[in-house]
Amino acid sequence: MKIEESTNTIISEFEIFDDWMDKYNYLIELGKSLPLIDEKFKIESNLIQGCQSRVWLHAEFDGTNVHFTADSDAVITKGIANLLIRAFSDHTPQEILDSSSDFLNEIGLTQHLSPTRSNGMLSMIKQIKMYALAFKAKQAMGS
Amino acid sequence: MNSIPGNPDLSFDLEKIRADFPILSRKVHNKPLVYFDNAATTQKPQVVIDTLVEYYSGMNSNVHRGVHYLSVEATSAFEGAREKVRAFVNASSTEEIIFTRGCTEAINLIANSWGGDNINSGDEILISAIEHHSNLVPWQMLCEVRHAKLIVCPVLADGSIDLEVLAGLMSSKTRLLAITHISNTLGTINPVKEITKLAHEKGIVVLIDGAQAMSHLKVNVRDIGCDFYTFSAHKVYGPMGIGGLYGKKDILTAMRPYQGGGEMIKNVTFEKTTFNDLPYKFEAGTPNVSGALGFGAALDYISRIGLDRISAWENELLRYATERFSADPLIKIIGNAPQKSSLISFLIGNIHPYDAGTIIDQFGIAVRTGTHCTQPLMNSLGIPGTIRASFAFYNTKEEIDRLMEAIVKVEELFL
Repeated sequence: MKIEESTNTIISEFEIFDDWMDKYNYLIELGKSLPLIDEKFKIESNLIQGCQSRVWLHAEFDGTNVHFTADSDAVITKGIANLLIRAFSDHTPQEILDSSSDFLNEIGLTQHLSPTRSNGMLSMIKQIKMYALAFKAKQAMGS
Repeated sequence: MNSIPGNPDLSFDLEKIRADFPILSRKVHNKPLVYFDNAATTQKPQVVIDTLVEYYSGMNSNVHRGVHYLSVEATSAFEGAREKVRAFVNASSTEEIIFTRGCTEAINLIANSWGGDNINSGDEILISAIEHHSNLVPWQMLCEVRHAKLIVCPVLADGSIDLEVLAGLMSSKTRLLAITHISNTLGTINPVKEITKLAHEKGIVVLIDGAQAMSHLKVNVRDIGCDFYTFSAHKVYGPMGIGGLYGKKDILTAMRPYQGGGEMIKNVTFEKTTFNDLPYKFEAGTPNVSGALGFGAALDYISRIGLDRISAWENELLRYATERFSADPLIKIIGNAPQKSSLISFLIGNIHPYDAGTIIDQFGIAVRTGTHCTQPLMNSLGIPGTIRASFAFYNTKEEIDRLMEAIVKVEELFL
């Protein structure tokens, strides 16, 4: 599935909720169902700066696709991480670099969470793109 | 009218007070705002807002040294504000009141100006474990430059300070004790008069960080006996960007200026500058005149209501909130000092404060979550932060009930 298809699915999932409490409820469910990260990746160097809660993001590259896993000590943040992983994980570095994170605006996440809080989210996106860039460079060197 | 159990004389018309604060009638997430972030900043009464607007609409001009009418008028209003601050904290003279950008700058001024001349290699600066970063980082920086040592007095499990432990840490090397009057995180009210006495017996200079205290209790610097007392206007219903310090005249006189520039000089030649007298020696550049006037208006406003009335109602709000929180077995209150100001730091089960705060916000309730600029304290308590509800005299018990409803929703969602 293309990144755009995943993000369109996420947008349509959020469209059915009228009220923000329901959206949060869904984010919390997503947070609770985020696939577990291997404990050995919950290390200082995988910590994302700029969020009130602690967020770990780990990336692996199989030569074609980048695979992301994440965790946080806050459930809502885990829910956001789940959305980002659904959108960006298991895609090529180039696909990730070409994609847009506008879907978060469309579901209202960036407007609804205050800047200090969305900073954590924006930092996660930035980190995902950084990994993609690094793996792309690695790919270019390998070929 | 609010109701003060056992002391009806201290009651006031709460509805009328709330009407003085225009922001309290706004809605957040389509719900009436409940503002419980007063320890971060207090809301402003209309009279303070009007003062700022009136200054810029009718009086704006640069103060001091001007001979024209507006400058004389603005100078007189500015110095009038200084006199209001002096009277409010009961300093001996306006020479002892220095305006700064806020409490943080006041502490930095003392660290740079007094600290630079009085802290030497091997000396010790004593602080407590509940200090705000503003009363910690400037001393850490000073210690680094002067090769001095920062000594931290631990706090008891309830968030209060054991005076014997504190006195035990005052050594022959201790030059300064810098301690908060009220903890912004736990609400602990420190017995600053006793603490000052203990320090002075050992010849230690005392700085009290009054940022949290000035809006809640009557501050009397001469009664406390401290050498420095620092404060911010925005935490006392005044504007942001203005605050100041009280310093004993003899100490301030001996101190070198903090910044150089206009206003703080007497004579300038390319060879030598002589500095102005107190308090102007420490006020380089054009001061925040509108801010000072707004600060004065805020102090007038709360003085009219009376700090005894204000603290009686805030204590009642604290009592009520503590009672309601304690009835919920999932809520853990962090900080239970016997003398406590009107704020509650708490955790709900093992729910992350960020998660709780995000949902509480959906109810139109402003609380603060995180480490409250006291990261070392949070680390020593072994918690990621807290949710903090801090009350002001314009808050109501119904608002506390609304917070409880939000907390119940948080519990439903996360547990």
